[in-house]
Amino acid sequence: MSIEQLIQDIVTHSPALIIAIPLLGAFLTPLISRINDKIRNIFVILTVGLTGFIAFLLSYDVLINGNIHSYVFGGGRSVIALPSGSSFAIRILFEVDGLNAFMIIIGAILAFVGVIYSYSFMKGNTGLDKYYTLILLMIAGMFGMMLTGDMFNFFVFLEITSISSCALIAFWTNKGKSIEAGFKYIVISTIGALFVLFAIALLYGKYNALNMAVLANSIDIVNNGFIDKTALVLLISGLAMKAGIVPMHMWLPDAYGRAPSSVTIILIGTTQASLYALFRVCFTLYGSQLTQTLKYIRFNLGGSTVIFDIRLNGVFALIIIVLAILTIVVGVLMALKQNNLKRMIAFAAIAEIGYMFLAVGAWVWVIGSEHGMVALKGGIFHIINDALDIGLLFLVAGAIYYVTKETSLNKMGGLARNMKYTTIFFVIGLLAVSGMPPMNGFASKLLIYESIYHVNPILSIIAILCSILLLAIFVKVFHSAFLGPKIPKFDKVKEAPISMLIAMGMIACLIIFFGLFPNFIVENIVEPAANAIIDNSSYISHIIGGA
Amino acid sequence: MIYNIPFIAVAALVIIGLYAVIFKRNLIKIVIGITLIESGVNLFLITLGYREGSTAPIYTNSPAGTMSLPVPQALTLTSIVIGVAVLALMLSLSVHIYRHYGTLDVRKIGKEEEQ
Amino acid sequence: MEIWQKLLETLSTENGFWNPLIWLVAVVIAYLIIYILRGYGKKECKEKTEQTKAFLSGNPEYEKEKMHIKGSNIYWGFTESLKWVYDLLEKMHTENVSDFILWFVIVMGIIFLLVGVI
Repeated sequence: MSIEQLIQDIVTHSPALIIAIPLLGAFLTPLISRINDKIRNIFVILTVGLTGFIAFLLSYDVLINGNIHSYVFGGGRSVIALPSGSSFAIRILFEVDGLNAFMIIIGAILAFVGVIYSYSFMKGNTGLDKYYTLILLMIAGMFGMMLTGDMFNFFVFLEITSISSCALIAFWTNKGKSIEAGFKYIVISTIGALFVLFAIALLYGKYNALNMAVLANSIDIVNNGFIDKTALVLLISGLAMKAGIVPMHMWLPDAYGRAPSSVTIILIGTTQASLYALFRVCFTLYGSQLTQTLKYIRFNLGGSTVIFDIRLNGVFALIIIVLAILTIVVGVLMALKQNNLKRMIAFAAIAEIGYMFLAVGAWVWVIGSEHGMVALKGGIFHIINDALDIGLLFLVAGAIYYVTKETSLNKMGGLARNMKYTTIFFVIGLLAVSGMPPMNGFASKLLIYESIYHVNPILSIIAILCSILLLAIFVKVFHSAFLGPKIPKFDKVKEAPISMLIAMGMIACLIIFFGLFPNFIVENIVEPAANAIIDNSSYISHIIGGA
Repeated sequence: MIYNIPFIAVAALVIIGLYAVIFKRNLIKIVIGITLIESGVNLFLITLGYREGSTAPIYTNSPAGTMSLPVPQALTLTSIVIGVAVLALMLSLSVHIYRHYGTLDVRKIGKEEEQ
Repeated sequence: MEIWQKLLETLSTENGFWNPLIWLVAVVIAYLIIYILRGYGKKECKEKTEQTKAFLSGNPEYEKEKMHIKGSNIYWGFTESLKWVYDLLEKMHTENVSDFILWFVIVMGIIFLLVGVI
């Protein structure tokens, strides 16, 4: 069998392999950890590396060659023909189009970097076999959320991810704070997931289908659409709470700030998977209804009748843009006042999610015009940029905690003399988050600013001002932690260990690569994802076949 | 009218569960509230599959007539199992919190007290 | 060679364009000009003598630990002048799990009024 045949076979079965390999690794890890500790660490790194490699092969085939892949569990076809002639969709299936392939790339990079970082960050802790098992389960759940094409299957993977994440956030059980953060996380996550299940049950009751393509074909808002509208409201609220939109964001600083740093970088991946699910519900399930009219308002004005028609995309745009502006402003203002390093970076992460939401909201408002396409490309490009930048900042915060055992900014100072490489990585992260050239943050923020200015100038002014405040926040951290005179308490600190430096270096190289060649990334990776959001007909016709 | 009673029960369970989560101060009562919401959603899933005058969906030695839908029953079983796992996790976290803080009052354990 | 050609294209927004390689070349040229201009400066300033010590208006210099500005004192002016905003935000951010769900129900109610009823 030739190499191309082998690669073709792997790509055909890859949606199942990407989930099965971490699951198998998770159940083998407690057995292997009885032999030796180092062998278990190498085994986990190899498992995640193999999964990432298969994910890159699959996304290369979907993004560059343009095929949509689907995988039916159970091996048969996904529709059966009833005796009356119509076809009926059965069996759970995974479907991978441009947007899924984009999210898998993010998940693979974050998972691999997180596991390499935790090789030396978690040394000296007990209970490490449970830690590695839970990390592999969390990675399997995250990939499942990003790949699935079936609504109830999405709920199951959402719960798998939230249970393993909660146990990992509360990992340091000798202090009381991490356990309380884990409790808050599981309460919020369970209530959000239960309301999502309620909406899925409503849609199942009306249409007798759980498959996303079949639902997208038959959802109808205008005729007798009260149940559809209720399901839409419940889904948006539940998924927005999991994604960290203000005013439901308050679990994020606790969960990101008190977890170990290698867990936080994979948590960023799961939060963005919830954001992906929100886009999938709004724009693929309800995509053909976006230009339908909800209500006509007509009144007489001096003899002639004036007719307003309120469409669904106008209401969406109002909700999304108001929530996004609130998210950016509250995130940035709260971040200025914090003294704990990781809580400050978590509030900056909330502000960055607001930028993605603002760009997509601007596209929804002006559907069909050219500015909207540029705004959508900027928003989608910002998802991967934000994951890399905030991930690098959390890794640097973890390195500082490992070396000095301090988390408060009031007690640090003068660390740049001893930790030279960490300082360089922090400067790269600082420039990238606040949108300075030539890093990747500037390219995506330029697309967002320019296109939003045409929609409404006030939104663009608020976005630029808050970006300047983000730069102010991280300059404060840079001064307090790295610059300054030599403090005698930190005289003997050494540089961070090698595996942590390798992990930070990989992300820094990716940031510089994305920054120096932005058009290559936008044309090949971002544009297929944006086309998948705009037009849901190819997603539907791959399963049902043109109904 | 009598066929609407399960749906009214679902609405009552969800509303009482939300009241318990929002307005009660004890950690254990918040956990009980979450369990009530979950029971309400499971009841809603099963009620969707009922057809009037139907029997259980089993083919062996079945009496003639319609059968109720089996798919929502499978979904409900999955949901009950997930609910058990989440309940166990929440209660064990409550035990740890009581050991560290000495109290179960939600308003007292929430503050970030370091400078 | 074709891959190099594709890597070097410029990102075009609707009314402008951005090419980071041209920007880097411009910055390097600017730094060269600055370095040449720096060479025209005074040559009497020597390092590590009295001329390069910090000037504190005649006050004595404390030890190094106390001279470092701590993290919570930076941006004092900004947070003081926006005190009304920060009081509102501090009242909103009680760390109470029940309040998180209350915000969720309020937002769900507002979105339901907008989408479902209107």
